[in-house]
Amino acid sequence: MKKMDTKALKKYAVRVRKHIIDEVYNASSGHPGGSLSCTDILTVLYFAEMRVDPKQPLWEDRDRFVLSKGHCSPALYGVLAEKGFFPKEDLLTFRKADSYLEGHPSMRNVPGVDMSTGSLGQGISAAVGMAMAGKLDNKDYRVYAILGDGELQEGEVWEASMAAAHYKLDNLAVFLDYNGLQIDGKITDVLSPEPVADKFKAFGWNVLKTDGHDIEKILEALKQAKDCKGKPTIIIAKTIKGKGVSYMENQAGWHGSAPNKEQRDQAMAELDKVLAELEVE
Amino acid sequence: MGIAEGNMMAVAAGMASCGKIAFASTFAVFAAGRAFEQIRNSICYPNLNVKVCATHAGLSVGEDGASHQAIEDIAVMRVLPNMTVISPADAVETKFAVKAAIEHEGPVYLRLGRLSVPVIYNESSYKFELGKGIELAEGNDAAIIATGLMVNAALEAKALLQQEGINARVIDIHTIKPIDVDMIVKAARETGAIVTAEEHNIIGGLGSAVAEVLSENYPVPLVRVGVQDKFGKSGKPDKLLEMYGLTASDIVKSTKAVLKKKAGKL
Repeated sequence: MKKMDTKALKKYAVRVRKHIIDEVYNASSGHPGGSLSCTDILTVLYFAEMRVDPKQPLWEDRDRFVLSKGHCSPALYGVLAEKGFFPKEDLLTFRKADSYLEGHPSMRNVPGVDMSTGSLGQGISAAVGMAMAGKLDNKDYRVYAILGDGELQEGEVWEASMAAAHYKLDNLAVFLDYNGLQIDGKITDVLSPEPVADKFKAFGWNVLKTDGHDIEKILEALKQAKDCKGKPTIIIAKTIKGKGVSYMENQAGWHGSAPNKEQRDQAMAELDKVLAELEVE
Repeated sequence: MGIAEGNMMAVAAGMASCGKIAFASTFAVFAAGRAFEQIRNSICYPNLNVKVCATHAGLSVGEDGASHQAIEDIAVMRVLPNMTVISPADAVETKFAVKAAIEHEGPVYLRLGRLSVPVIYNESSYKFELGKGIELAEGNDAAIIATGLMVNAALEAKALLQQEGINARVIDIHTIKPIDVDMIVKAARETGAIVTAEEHNIIGGLGSAVAEVLSENYPVPLVRVGVQDKFGKSGKPDKLLEMYGLTASDIVKSTKAVLKKKAGKL
């Protein structure tokens, strides 16, 4: 795997954000807020961490990724397209009846998607199963997942967490995309999962905290996760819902709605500006 | 996996996605009931190679009572795309069904009971073919189509009917999905009267599956023996089967009823 410099990763992340906006705009539906909050994590995973080969999406020894918060498929599809798993033009068919890019990730339709998700709580269990299979087969692949913070309200997350620690799945690293908002408002108002770090500690996990938009810190956390033996790792990543698009940031209303033409153009202008600045630096 | 059925099903899905043939086992109530949506979204939708071994199905769980007696699992499993549903009649058929489940690529729901039941089949001559029923006894007056422990009751009913000069065919449907359309239509054509027998609600199970086949292909009178849309209760298994109308004599009564329908008397 070729290591990328931080600046190149930042550029990929901006391009993925642009894909997200275009996907959701063209589909007139989808989930931009949470997609934008997990974009930097996904970019680091696919461009600097995971052992994957876009030419062999079903390669047995690849690292696995599960988007447990499956509604943020626009971000995953954007990263997979940038990585070369399928043509970028196809992103504009997102959620259309003649497209393979389902609203929620489907492993049977989308090259690079390792698990079908969308029903919250189930993805992390599947990731546990993948990590267990890896151990059973003495494979050295690693398994990664991204959980939503609202998703912590699903009881299955805690069943899976108990199992991951019980089976000492140190080949599993899960990001918590902690943007603090769910469709109905602040997660702490709707049904607080706090204290999150203490809960995972009590469940037997290696608990790390990071800034989910700081490329270098994400990389450092992933290194620490790899170094930890005998325990699964949760990386609690503080993020901003809607990150990168000014009017979407920290707005629960952008959980599951699409921008109109004007909003789309503004978002693109903002993201293009960031991209241009990165080119100059 | 502990007492966490939802997690178990999705863990099995994850394992299967990595090439394992994953067997996930718990009581039928908790497999098909509690973990229904994990089976739907994480196993059937991605068509993963998971075998759900659902034990303690039906009223014959006995003393544990209604909370543990699955009478709706066939119904909810057979409506899932990609799912195969198997309900064996005895130990021999179960053994072969497990092998067939392993050989079949894709999700399988294997419905098993807790009660010891008579062995019907001879292991040395038995042949299991997924999706194919087994004609256990010949007869052209009526056909009794049964599954699970009701197959043995159907054979007993056949003997009782014989004493009264009624010649009933007996068919074991071990694969409820995909169901053996040809064998059911042939039975309808040749006997003109069908009785189904299952340790399951008459809604949604074998009786419904057979009714679907008959009404689309060859409508003939049908009477369904099964749980009459009510929950079970605690008790000795045999006593419960009697209380809920799931015995050989109930099949006899239903066969006589279907014969009256056939003769146009009802």
